[in-house]
Amino acid sequence: MSATFLGMPGSFPKNAEKAVQNSQLRYNLRKATHTIRGKRASVVGELPDWQELRAAGKAIKDHTLRNLDRYLVQMEEAVTRAGGTVHWARDAAEANRIVTDLVKATGETEVVKVKSMATQEIDLNQALAAEGITAYETDLAELIVQLGDDFPSHILVPAIHRNRSEIREIFLDKMPKVPENLTDDPPALAEAARLHLRERFLKSKVAISGANFMVAESGTLVVLESEGNGRMCLTLPQTLISVVGIEKLLPSWRDLEVFLQLLPRSSTGERMNPYTSMWTGAVEGQEFHLVLLDNGRTDVLADEVGRQALRCIRCSACLNVCPVYERAGGHAYGSVYPGPIGAILTPQLRGMGSDLDASLPYASSLCGACYEVCPVAIDIPEVLVDLRAKAPHAAAERAGMKVAGWIFNDHTRLAKAQRAAIRLRKLVPKRLPGPLSAWTDTRDIPDIPEESFRDWWERNERA
Amino acid sequence: MRVALFITCVNDTLFPGTGKAVVSLLRRLDCDVDFPAAQTCCGQMHVNTGYRAEGVRLARHFTEVFAGYDAVVAPSGSCAAMVREQYPKLARPGSKGAAAIAEVAPKVYELSEFLIDVLKVDDVGAYFPHRVTYHPTCHSLRGLHLGDRPTRLLRHVRGLELVPLPGAEECCGFGGTFAVKNPAVSAAMGADKTRSIMDTGAEVLCAADNSCLMHIGGTLSRQKTGVRTMHLAEILASTEEAQ
Repeated sequence: MSATFLGMPGSFPKNAEKAVQNSQLRYNLRKATHTIRGKRASVVGELPDWQELRAAGKAIKDHTLRNLDRYLVQMEEAVTRAGGTVHWARDAAEANRIVTDLVKATGETEVVKVKSMATQEIDLNQALAAEGITAYETDLAELIVQLGDDFPSHILVPAIHRNRSEIREIFLDKMPKVPENLTDDPPALAEAARLHLRERFLKSKVAISGANFMVAESGTLVVLESEGNGRMCLTLPQTLISVVGIEKLLPSWRDLEVFLQLLPRSSTGERMNPYTSMWTGAVEGQEFHLVLLDNGRTDVLADEVGRQALRCIRCSACLNVCPVYERAGGHAYGSVYPGPIGAILTPQLRGMGSDLDASLPYASSLCGACYEVCPVAIDIPEVLVDLRAKAPHAAAERAGMKVAGWIFNDHTRLAKAQRAAIRLRKLVPKRLPGPLSAWTDTRDIPDIPEESFRDWWERNERA
Repeated sequence: MRVALFITCVNDTLFPGTGKAVVSLLRRLDCDVDFPAAQTCCGQMHVNTGYRAEGVRLARHFTEVFAGYDAVVAPSGSCAAMVREQYPKLARPGSKGAAAIAEVAPKVYELSEFLIDVLKVDDVGAYFPHRVTYHPTCHSLRGLHLGDRPTRLLRHVRGLELVPLPGAEECCGFGGTFAVKNPAVSAAMGADKTRSIMDTGAEVLCAADNSCLMHIGGTLSRQKTGVRTMHLAEILASTEEAQ
């Protein structure tokens, strides 16, 4: 059973401080993110019209979100026509209830799962477990996380924080019937997982998935993956239940074309992913249920600045270029959505009531690398700054900012403050007290000059 | 050309030498430099830390102070990006504030932009016989899209040996209040940056933002590396006579 992020204590700076000290983690993350970063840059560089594609992706998503009500109904009608059943879930509890009831109705107590962010977001596995249903993750990285009773730390590669020797240990410890002489050779690890999963695919009668896209005009769902395990889940079991966020809609197949170029190149750094599965309604003899998940998304949609986060196609390009993610790791974000996109999505979906969620908008140096690579041009720094204005501020900081604002409001006050600082310059210690020690713990402070620029100008130029 | 110097609060208070360098450089290039004394701060710290109301007040103050100049030159990519990229998002569309921003913001230039795009010079007649590496700060790189303007200027400096910085485009970890709100990550990013700088064997690290240089320089100094940090303006203002 994988662990749950809900109610996680701490704050981003505290979590990150621990992560930064873990040299193994920093090595794993640096190596992995830099490798994917390089692959992405090279395949994106091949397309002369990348910026146009990106603009098209943004425009299609914005249009769909503006007309979401209409397209959702169109999707429901198309799925129903094709023999599927559509369920609407306002929040995580409702979605979990719907899925649990659907599984119970089949009489099964085991389900296989396709890698899905939406079901991670609502903690579906925990909800199923509470009703005596065991969910088996079949994506290799999700399987590693699940077997290790661990948290996912990356959207695309949930076990990015693990290296192969750690994975070998998890398999030996937790995987039934694993060969005792298992090595940490990647093909050997993959083969062990393959044998383990094959049994599940053949036995399971129910599968649960998410979807990368939903095409409203035909009611089609689309899953992109690398391993083919998703396709096994989507085709073999008798009952398929898909939990999909309402923002995953696209109006038409023509629109899908744009995203089938944007997503693989941004995500795994491939021109095309190995497996693209599409299905419309239910095949004869099988049952298909679509659970449309809101869980805070309509609130995000109501926010003029923040709504652009709903364009996200979960590619992870922003994680892979983020210097903060690279040092802090995914767990520090306390959410299934780590990295820059998580820093703007989590506080919007969960609110900023906890210390952790309130610290997320500040988990960025605003360097802008995320915005530059985002395939749907989400201006993440813009949303971060907007969220910071809505975040709760500590009283001492608020007071300090007020004083600074008062000084900056008038140049004569600023000049006086500068002269006061200059008079005290000899008294400034090498290590500053209080919150400013955060600066001097690792950095020297510059020498305060004998005269400010404005006083120099006044003395030399005004006369 | 009547040029206003927007010194920025950090330079004004902590790095007056950068301001003096801009003045001497621009005068050498026949500009009439003015320093509007009423200027204070662009408001970036307030806006980016979540204190929008204070930031908006400072933005209003900025547009009042700098209205009426042909060009406003700032020795800071970050502050110039604040005015050009972020100011337009602060005012209500159609408001008086939005009109004032639309009037002033396009005339605000980071130093290397002003030299190359407006004055059309890439050789400013500087002399600086040292081994230098250049760190393109995030807001000048991804906000203003300065591209190779700063390094074009540096390549024309006589005696200067420009060595490429590995991983140059990665953030140094300053990030304004990020440096104190997330000190562990900021320091880890800073340490990786200083390691790259040391690998170049440069004597001087140059950038177009003293705030980033304060963070990187503070780390280099704490590590006792002996590498100096210098603002682009100070290198460009250096001449043979002054050496």
